Amino acid sequence: MAVRSDARVVVTGLGIAAPNGLGSAGYWDATRRGVHGIGRIARFDPASYPATLAGEIDGFAAEELLPGRLIPQTDRVTRLALVSTDWAFEDAGVRPEEFPEFDMGVVTASSSGGFEFGQGELQNLWSRGGAYVSAYQSFAWFYAVNSGQISIRNGMRGPSGVVVSDQAGGLDAVAQARRQIRKGTRLVVSGGMDASICPWGWVGLLASRRLSTSTDPARAYLPFDGAAHGHVPGEGGALLVLEDLDSARERGAPQVYGEIAGYGATFDPAPGTGREPGLRKAIEVALDDAGLAPGDIDVVFADGAAVPELDRVEAEAIGKVFGPRGVPVTVPKAMTGRLCSGAAALDLATACLAMRDGVIPPTPHVTPADTYDLDLVGARPRTAQVRAALVLARGYGGFNSAVVVRACDR
Amino acid sequence: MPGTAFTLEALKRILLEGAGASEDVDLDGDILDTDFEALGYESLALLETGGRIEREFGIALDDSALTVARTPRALIEVVNAHLSTTPAA
Repeated sequence: MAVRSDARVVVTGLGIAAPNGLGSAGYWDATRRGVHGIGRIARFDPASYPATLAGEIDGFAAEELLPGRLIPQTDRVTRLALVSTDWAFEDAGVRPEEFPEFDMGVVTASSSGGFEFGQGELQNLWSRGGAYVSAYQSFAWFYAVNSGQISIRNGMRGPSGVVVSDQAGGLDAVAQARRQIRKGTRLVVSGGMDASICPWGWVGLLASRRLSTSTDPARAYLPFDGAAHGHVPGEGGALLVLEDLDSARERGAPQVYGEIAGYGATFDPAPGTGREPGLRKAIEVALDDAGLAPGDIDVVFADGAAVPELDRVEAEAIGKVFGPRGVPVTVPKAMTGRLCSGAAALDLATACLAMRDGVIPPTPHVTPADTYDLDLVGARPRTAQVRAALVLARGYGGFNSAVVVRACDR
Repeated sequence: MPGTAFTLEALKRILLEGAGASEDVDLDGDILDTDFEALGYESLALLETGGRIEREFGIALDDSALTVARTPRALIEVVNAHLSTTPAA
């Protein structure tokens, strides 16, 4: 397939694993009703840690969903990614074995790789010696492991890779997938998945000093609220099937959720320079790339850091582009916690579902501070025609990314 | 466990613990002369299996042992040859 820099890249399949729902139907049903999945950590005893709440996925039976050969060599995050990819293919009506293997690629985002697997092997190394470390540690912990295992399981040998830029990664990966499709790859599985709710992962997350130490699941993660005091981490994310629109039409894809119409990424200036943070510019670049004006955007899925200073920066960026209360803003991740690289991929999938059903999902438990001047979609979902959505994501250390997803007439 | 013999049953148990089993393969069938690759075990699975045999039976296999022994029968013979020359602990 020839290089076409203007090729339209569309989402044709969704695979979702989230703390408030496994599979896109369950997740979307919970999300539009405002059902959250945050609670006291059950996977280990969090009593000795300052933060004790997380968004954990319940009832994921990997042994029933994956081949026995894969279980000893995979971390939980990879199992979630593999199963979500299966679901995304099923949703898209794609049987990968029917595609030439070099026509399919995998580009995922990751923030931590297989942390729980790595923790177990470090414990083996430390307490029993090197002979007790699994040979599979060689890749099971690694950032690229989800891309690699998805590629192997589905026979996808086209352009592949991994993007590591914390929350922004979920969008950066999709942008890289779009580049590869425009260079001629027919189909790319993209998105992000993270799951490091284990003591080692938890200590790493705590080091950001941005975690909420609240013990009340309904009051712990309150983006844009005057009572915002950090976030709750969660596990999960989404894998999306992305295709060239013509190719999707040609094979009779059961649905086209939307087009990845615009992308912008910036990096914040060094602290102390007094220069404006990069988020506004990322939004403007994404809108420009999509050929849309701010008035064309029907909803913004905000990053929603729930750190007062970061909330202010984001509210100002949205305000400068869209005007005061100029666009509905929602943060459905208030229901799941922040999923690291999985968060923005899940927001993108959620935006697709919002466009399909004409429903903007709610931001439960949050009363936005007046100073932000945001039209925040509150505890109730909002019925609205959604033709274009803007998804924002920021990664720890200065990453800003924005994606415009637009409805696609068939 | 120096001094004991390495059996097919022990190999199957170690394979399952370390690397799992392919759904297409019946490990309880006649596998003694089937290539590990045909049983669904790639080089990393054999590396893990070799490591587990070494620490359980207190022996040190040559690096090449696992690449040369391509079937369960061959691997069992290699391990038993080591066991017979390794003094009991």
